[in-house]
Amino acid sequence: MSNRATNLLVPIVSVVLGLIVGAIIMLVSGYSPIEGYAALWNGIFGDLYTIGETLRQITPYLLAGLAVAFAFRSGLFNIGVEGQLIVGWFAAAYVGVAVELPKIIHLPLAILAAAVAGALWGFVPGLLKAKFRVHEVIVTIMMNYIALHVTNALIRTVSEGGDRTERIFASASLRSEFLENLTEFSRLHLGLLLALIMVAVMWFILEKTTLGFELKAVGFNQHASEYAGMNVNKNIIMAMVISGAFAGLAGAMEALGTFEYVSSKGGFTGIGFDGIAVALLGMNTPLGVVFGATLFGSLKYGALNMPNAAGIPIEIVEIVIAVIIFFVASGYIIRLLLLRAAGKKKEAK
Amino acid sequence: MEYVIEMLNIRKEFGNFVANDNITLQLEKGEIHALLGENGAGKSTLMNVLFGLYQPEGGEIRVRGKKVDISNPNVANDLGIGMVHQHFMLVENFSVTENIILGSEPTKMGVTNKKDAAQKVAKLSEQYGLNVDPYAIIEDISVGMQQRVEILKTLYRGAEILIFDEPTASLTPQEITELIQIMKRLIAEGKSIILITHKLKEIMDVSDRVTVIRKGQGIGTVTTAETNPNELAALMVGRQVTFKTEKGPAHPTEETLTVQDLVVEDYRGIAKVKNLNLTVRKGEIVGIAGIDGNGQSELIEAITGLRKVKSGKVLIHGKDVTGMKPRKVTESGVGHIPQDRHKHGLVLDFPIGHNIALQTYYTAPISKSGIMDYNKITEKAQQIIKDFDVRTQGPHEPARALSGGNQQKAIIGREVDRNPDLLIAALPTRGLDVGAIEFIHSRLIEQRDNGKAVLLISFELDEVMNVSDRIAVIHDGEIVDVVIPEETTEQQLGLLMAGHADKDKKGGKHRVE
Repeated sequence: MSNRATNLLVPIVSVVLGLIVGAIIMLVSGYSPIEGYAALWNGIFGDLYTIGETLRQITPYLLAGLAVAFAFRSGLFNIGVEGQLIVGWFAAAYVGVAVELPKIIHLPLAILAAAVAGALWGFVPGLLKAKFRVHEVIVTIMMNYIALHVTNALIRTVSEGGDRTERIFASASLRSEFLENLTEFSRLHLGLLLALIMVAVMWFILEKTTLGFELKAVGFNQHASEYAGMNVNKNIIMAMVISGAFAGLAGAMEALGTFEYVSSKGGFTGIGFDGIAVALLGMNTPLGVVFGATLFGSLKYGALNMPNAAGIPIEIVEIVIAVIIFFVASGYIIRLLLLRAAGKKKEAK
Repeated sequence: MEYVIEMLNIRKEFGNFVANDNITLQLEKGEIHALLGENGAGKSTLMNVLFGLYQPEGGEIRVRGKKVDISNPNVANDLGIGMVHQHFMLVENFSVTENIILGSEPTKMGVTNKKDAAQKVAKLSEQYGLNVDPYAIIEDISVGMQQRVEILKTLYRGAEILIFDEPTASLTPQEITELIQIMKRLIAEGKSIILITHKLKEIMDVSDRVTVIRKGQGIGTVTTAETNPNELAALMVGRQVTFKTEKGPAHPTEETLTVQDLVVEDYRGIAKVKNLNLTVRKGEIVGIAGIDGNGQSELIEAITGLRKVKSGKVLIHGKDVTGMKPRKVTESGVGHIPQDRHKHGLVLDFPIGHNIALQTYYTAPISKSGIMDYNKITEKAQQIIKDFDVRTQGPHEPARALSGGNQQKAIIGREVDRNPDLLIAALPTRGLDVGAIEFIHSRLIEQRDNGKAVLLISFELDEVMNVSDRIAVIHDGEIVDVVIPEETTEQQLGLLMAGHADKDKKGGKHRVE
């Protein structure tokens, strides 16, 4: 089978398999898979409003996926995207409510605050890894909890005892009348453009800059990188800082676009963790992340329509969605196995 | 004569690349048949075809006169073909017996029956003089012993035909002698052996016949008794090969590298280099002879900035570079061909072109204001690939896909092309075939003749004797003597390396301090 044929066939087959198994689950549970999938379809593409909302849902997944993928390419496993997103969300919302400035200054400032907050939250595990070889997985997990509870406390302080901040000033908002009119008043906002720009930024850093060359080298082989005179520790910290900045921007999407405020949370948003799956589905490439985020965002948002339109309980819906994603991920494994087999043959030459 | 295996006109393609083209190999019963070829000539591919890992595009395989279709390794096993891999496939914390029965564990009432298996292993070990303890844990036994476990594994599964893939690559000279005895014993017991190697000495020592392949083509089969190493080398490489490296006298001038009272510790704080003194001058090659583990690695890492210096000094052109970062040392005019090309020398997942740029990627013209020009990398890589005869499909091929010799040529190209004043070459020819070794030696000598200083570290006495202008013998972290190759013998060097410094011997007075 030619390479192009495999590339095309693997995802199609795996999605079809996922849909079939999902259908069986609905059938066994006593629900109509046809109605279920029709509801899912309509929940994603039903009308301009749902399409707008689907795109809005995809936006933070894009940035969270970029964050995880960027760290992976540098040989680091950033499980802390969730925490970096939360601090980014708070920082953007805080700047959004604390001051009122002309839009041209206020909006970039709020976005920048989110990126800096996320970067700072990535810097700590990066530093600990570089200086003391503390594993980044442990530190980032702990940093997630710190982020959650610290921001909750800060929200209470800022709102003088309340559980959410004021709405941000319009000058800091990503809302766009044009996009809203286009999509029958969905909450689709300009953040989607920013996220797509960041996809290009990640590609540019990795593929075009000297820093990217070093980051990839360190990710593949620290010993050879050190031999070649690269500062391995600096690169580890840089990778975590940039990854954290992407994650912080994902938080800005929620703060300045979707919600326009930040409220205290009982638990994690889950976007940061789903970002891991998004990155892996996308094989840690910028374009792959676009694909992964689109799949994740669409299914997550479309699934909301299934209990309403087809009467399928949310628990069954979540299982069906998980099964579809599972099969797509398995497709990735199948492809990986094919690639490995091809790679081995090459080595034997 | 009866053939136990016949591989007739085998052809194997990978895409457009023909790895095996019309190769014929006929193995007689009870012979040791060597399969000789350069790195990347297609030896492993051919054996993987025989072992059922690859399916050939053309030709046929006959076992004991009968045409067979070896569709997978299980078929090969059933036909009595066993393979002793170069990289052992053993579970480190399992016992010898557990490793041998792995995959076909004998059971008694649903429980693994290790006792009977261990007895069978012990019996086989005795029959073939392998001296293996069935209950020993793999990680506790030597590399040579581990290899014998691999041999036992094939015998346990009833192999009549054994394929040895580069069996001596990781063995000590003593273990090689033992292995040769074992191979002869196997033949005496009626087995047949295919020996994959590029070491001519081994072939002359043990084999009955030799089949030579070159760049995927079958060149022919010769009887060992009727040939000699020169002829074999010529057949393998396709031209005459000189074993004695041609070089004129050295004309050393001022000191390039000066090492003064250097002390280097390992991570446990134990001194591995002890008050070491050494100089290398412009226009000479200084060889460091010594047994592995006597401080060579620590010495190089200290010079190149990869390891902390406890005390003492490293000077390049009189400039103190002690404790500097690797990049500063490199920029002071040092080229370094590292000991372990996979760990330090290459980023295996990078294209070979990126690897060639590994020391220059941050400088113009490749990098300008932090932006890479990958076209410049490709240009540079193409030039080095051409100049240093790196056989690759091009700069974009992953470094991992190149054969060891070509990976090494790429590293040497990278380091030599920067024209460093001091070139440190650590085990530059390890695992390479004669053609590549000859090439690398002549490049080192060329650097010397261009007025550069070369520091060569090697465990091979031949290499140190042939290439060096002076030999510094290292033992237990100290330079015990500095000798001139023409005035010394391998025996004397061997004694010095073992720590028996003989102060009365001629030629031993050229101390550097």
